Amino acid sequence: MTPDPNVSSIVPKSGCTAGSCGSKADQMAGMPEHIRRKVEDHPCYSEKAHHHYARMHVAVAPACNIQCHYCNRKYDCANESRPGVVSEVLTPEQAVRKTLAVAAAIPQMSVLGIAGPGDPLANPERTFATFRGIAEKMPDIKLCVSTNGLALPDHVDALAACNIDHVTITINCVDADVGAQIYPWIFWQGERIRGREAARILIERQQLGLEMLVARGILVKVNSVLIPGVNDEHLKEVSRVVKAKGAFLHNVMPLIAEAEHGTFYGLMAQRSPSAEELQDLQDACEGDMNMMRHCRQCRADAVGLLGEDRGAEFTLEKIAGLNIDDAFLASAKAVRDATKQKITAALEEQQRRTELPAPQAVISFHRRKPSADEGRPVLMAVATKGGGLINEHFGHAREFLIYQVSTESAKLIGHRKTANYCSGGDSCGEEEDVLGNIIAALAGCEAVLCSKIGFEPWGRLEAAGIAPNGEHPMEPIEAALAAVWQEMRAAGKLRTPAPAQRCA
Amino acid sequence: MMALEIVESCVNCWACEPLCPNQAIVAATPHFLINADKCTECLGDHAKPQCAEICPIEGAIVNELNDPINPIGSLTGIPPERWAAARREIAAR
Repeated sequence: MTPDPNVSSIVPKSGCTAGSCGSKADQMAGMPEHIRRKVEDHPCYSEKAHHHYARMHVAVAPACNIQCHYCNRKYDCANESRPGVVSEVLTPEQAVRKTLAVAAAIPQMSVLGIAGPGDPLANPERTFATFRGIAEKMPDIKLCVSTNGLALPDHVDALAACNIDHVTITINCVDADVGAQIYPWIFWQGERIRGREAARILIERQQLGLEMLVARGILVKVNSVLIPGVNDEHLKEVSRVVKAKGAFLHNVMPLIAEAEHGTFYGLMAQRSPSAEELQDLQDACEGDMNMMRHCRQCRADAVGLLGEDRGAEFTLEKIAGLNIDDAFLASAKAVRDATKQKITAALEEQQRRTELPAPQAVISFHRRKPSADEGRPVLMAVATKGGGLINEHFGHAREFLIYQVSTESAKLIGHRKTANYCSGGDSCGEEEDVLGNIIAALAGCEAVLCSKIGFEPWGRLEAAGIAPNGEHPMEPIEAALAAVWQEMRAAGKLRTPAPAQRCA
Repeated sequence: MMALEIVESCVNCWACEPLCPNQAIVAATPHFLINADKCTECLGDHAKPQCAEICPIEGAIVNELNDPINPIGSLTGIPPERWAAARREIAAR
């Protein structure tokens, strides 16, 4: 069972935290057009793209060359969603076939990534054979890879030769004393190295790999795992360092540590950060760096939009019967092209219709502090199944996107996972208080927007101080949020501080 | 005879296979195997047996006396008593 993460409350933030505030136009101007084009359909690099475009990971890389205290190499499970977990490891041939099948069935698919379950660059033959096979059959699919960085400098040329222009490096520290608390060992030049020396080598290789990628014009995202008491304060320095070296985006993710995962941190009772701690750190780093807020920490064999996982539809048995020939590939490509055109047109239309300024294309920006009569920022939750629309029934939502809405913008600041309330069976509303858990997960929000909502949750949400809102079904998220915020302002609700919420 | 052996706690992660100087490691199911006729424990090639140096699973590779090259607690840093206690807690749920 996946634990219910991050259910503590988040207090809305206003104003800016560091010295890099400025108008959006200035910040957008800082992003070269060629980079914007590279990320506009990459769900893991663009917040806007993640509503519309799908990705998949193929699990071809089981070997790893380091040990992290948040990872258990024995783990293998179909029902959990977190990094490093897969159902079955594929050969490169199986992976190419699966990718062709998925890209035909899910025309929103724009990206194929290799993310484990070990380290892709500790399995270079399997990883590069997969990339070559896919590039040959489907050159329109973007390829990306994530790595711990230890072997990265050895493979930068091969990555560039394969046209891979998105690389994610997990960098949890730039100080070996911090690293020694995260990495018990690395395998380096034929030896298992432990302690501070292991961390020192790993950090040196990560930084070298980052510099080499940037020098070749390859976009680098840096992932960091926030480990309270170990690297929380230190991540601000990590953010500064990687930004200075040219990393494009920083993604701070919460540690996932439960005893039943069998990890060092899980068994030793290392706690995970609260949603508030995570947001505080992301805000603190944002002064220096573009921060990613929509990461779902997905499995190493995930398939679909970021909030969903359709991997079970594409097991090897299920795709065995497909006849994948040139005609199959050509027709799939035509459908993908048409889909991309539709998405592009829909985004342009949304942008034209919305009352807000152009939605942030790639990253979230700080705003100037609103004056008192403009009204304070409000946290709102959204139920969506993709497409950038309010299009999910409250009872069917497995996660809610959390936006901070103010006079100027609706800014995505995270997501909260929940068990869906309505399972459709006889057990609806019985047994444990699923609805109560959802309301707890929405702590801090003053409104929840969904396509529809039932009578019972409506009443419970209202009682908890969260206004249910089903008045904007199928409308674009940002425009709907802006409308609800304006209504709240007109009703005088934004002149007073956010009400303390009642228990669900 | 000098040879290492892979036992059932192996998770088939492939890390050892490309490192063997004698191509003694066989990708088999339910777990990988070492061909005892080929294994030299890396004598003459490496200071330490490569499969055991990279293996992430404690106890998965043993010597001819059946002693694990990487005993419990040596890789994860999790003390054996904590492992045992955690297993009991989880089993009791």
